[in-house]
Amino acid sequence: MTGLEFEKPVRDLQERIAELKNFTSTTDVDLSDEIAKLELRLKKLEDDIYNSMTPWDRVQMARHPNRPTTLDYISHLFEDFFELHGDRTYGDDAAIVAGVAKYHGTPVTVIGHQRGRDTKENIKRTFGMPHPEGYRKALRLMKQAEKFKRPIICLIDTKGAYPGKAAEERGQSEAIARNIFEMAGLHVPIICIVIGEGGSGGALALGVGDRLFMLENSTYSVISPEGAAALLWKDASLAKRAAETMKITALDLHSLGIIDKIIPEVRGGAHRDALGQALLIDDVLKPALQSLQIIDSDTLIEQRYEKYKQIGGYAEEKTGPKG
Amino acid sequence: MAIKDMFTKQKPKKKKYATIPSEAAKQDVPEGIMQKCPKCKKIMYKKELKKNHQVCLGCGYHYQMTAYERIESLLDEGSFRELDAELSTANPLNFPNYDEKIAADQKKTGMTEAIVTGIGSIDGHEAAFAIMDASFRMGSMGSVVGEKIARAVEEAIRLHIPFIIFTASGGARMQEGVLSLMQMVKTGAALKRLSDCGGLIISVMTHPTTGGVSASFASLGDYNFAEPGALIGFAGRRIIEQTIREKLPEDFQTAEFLLNCGQLDAVLHRSDMKEKLSFLLDIHQPGGDKK
Repeated sequence: MTGLEFEKPVRDLQERIAELKNFTSTTDVDLSDEIAKLELRLKKLEDDIYNSMTPWDRVQMARHPNRPTTLDYISHLFEDFFELHGDRTYGDDAAIVAGVAKYHGTPVTVIGHQRGRDTKENIKRTFGMPHPEGYRKALRLMKQAEKFKRPIICLIDTKGAYPGKAAEERGQSEAIARNIFEMAGLHVPIICIVIGEGGSGGALALGVGDRLFMLENSTYSVISPEGAAALLWKDASLAKRAAETMKITALDLHSLGIIDKIIPEVRGGAHRDALGQALLIDDVLKPALQSLQIIDSDTLIEQRYEKYKQIGGYAEEKTGPKG
Repeated sequence: MAIKDMFTKQKPKKKKYATIPSEAAKQDVPEGIMQKCPKCKKIMYKKELKKNHQVCLGCGYHYQMTAYERIESLLDEGSFRELDAELSTANPLNFPNYDEKIAADQKKTGMTEAIVTGIGSIDGHEAAFAIMDASFRMGSMGSVVGEKIARAVEEAIRLHIPFIIFTASGGARMQEGVLSLMQMVKTGAALKRLSDCGGLIISVMTHPTTGGVSASFASLGDYNFAEPGALIGFAGRRIIEQTIREKLPEDFQTAEFLLNCGQLDAVLHRSDMKEKLSFLLDIHQPGGDKK
């Protein structure tokens, strides 16, 4: 079963409906009236539950093991994806996949964090947590995209940059900083979509763009809820509370003016239907890309700068802070 | 009088037997005129220490400096003109107890935030400065730090002068959540602009420079320097040890370690700082592309 804790009432009802259906099909008793009633109730229950998800429920959803990954979306959204490897300096980091593809006929560069779908793949991909060479590969291909005037599409899905000895030695900080710096000045449209977890600087290194979208049940935060709880209240078990206080859901980021749009998810979460979810992404991505392609590149960079310049909450006077 | 009267009493502890210094001793020698080095235990006069830019005369240990101490020790006397001093946080996430913590640190440090920005000069070379101060909420970066840096960089662009930053920060400020994170982009994008119009950027990382600060403006200088012994890194030591399940070397993430890894242009001793910065400012004149 792939269901989450808060979905249990839905699951129970679904099981009962299945039982009745099974009973109807194996005996002469007709229960179709009852089944129809229950199905109506199920719809209402689903509405109730999925419309009142807490931030913590969404964290669980964003981390769901079956949640579609970058490669899943690439195969549904793009034609002829051609993966390209390596940073030309040190190595190839499988925690980031990147390449060229066609999107509705237009050549694009696609880059995204890649989690593994099982333990073996997760080890190879270091759980989608990149090393500096991953970010440098991404930057190399972004520069290539700029040279050939291809728009860039970034899919964000990481717990964060890999916290390791080698990563520090090879300049994790510098790699992230460099990507932010360079992305701010790329002369081609950049669209970033958070598809799962947007973890801190490790996400941001693929996250500077002209449009920033988040899937409904994705999160974006400066630190994981567990990390925040440990740091702020010295108790990692308060993660649930941290998820609420830290304002990390798509809805929160939209109301803080950080993201441009929330991409709705298929009922019950993206993992229920990867193709259906890809179509929902397509509905937002296609017009966004079209609208950016007609803007000249200097204006694009100017608008990108203004977009980030306005983010923050401060007061000019010492007294009477504004919210 | 007792020698110990000459030290600052940092943490007054309950004493079993009260020692009452004589009135005469109190008047003769003011309290806190001496300081002991935490590394080599050398005892020095505070004034002597200040004259030596808060560097131990025995072992060269670099004490943390407040922003204003650094300005005084580095910039031409009377040249500094502060910018945006009144900017303070608006607690944008309505984070519980945050306002109180800020108020307490404002009272403790006499600063409104963890950074001081402004225009000043070194040996007559004008530059925009951003000086972080780790004594204010561990130098953490929230909306105000990001905004003040971006504005100082914009001022450097406007005046065609270089931008010099001294970092001292534990990273992003948790209480401003993802807004803190986005300051990495705001500052990085501003520096990109300055860089694109030919402006010189110098970053000096001081103890400590970690997390989101090391992964943004601290690492974006045309020249990246560090003070001796400074802790610099992205992830914390503990989390790395937990992840890779091995003990890290003692000097891991120190300035000297990073210099060996090729991550820094140089480690600069504080007593050479002014001279080296002055030299660079000199060879880069004028600071920006005068259009």
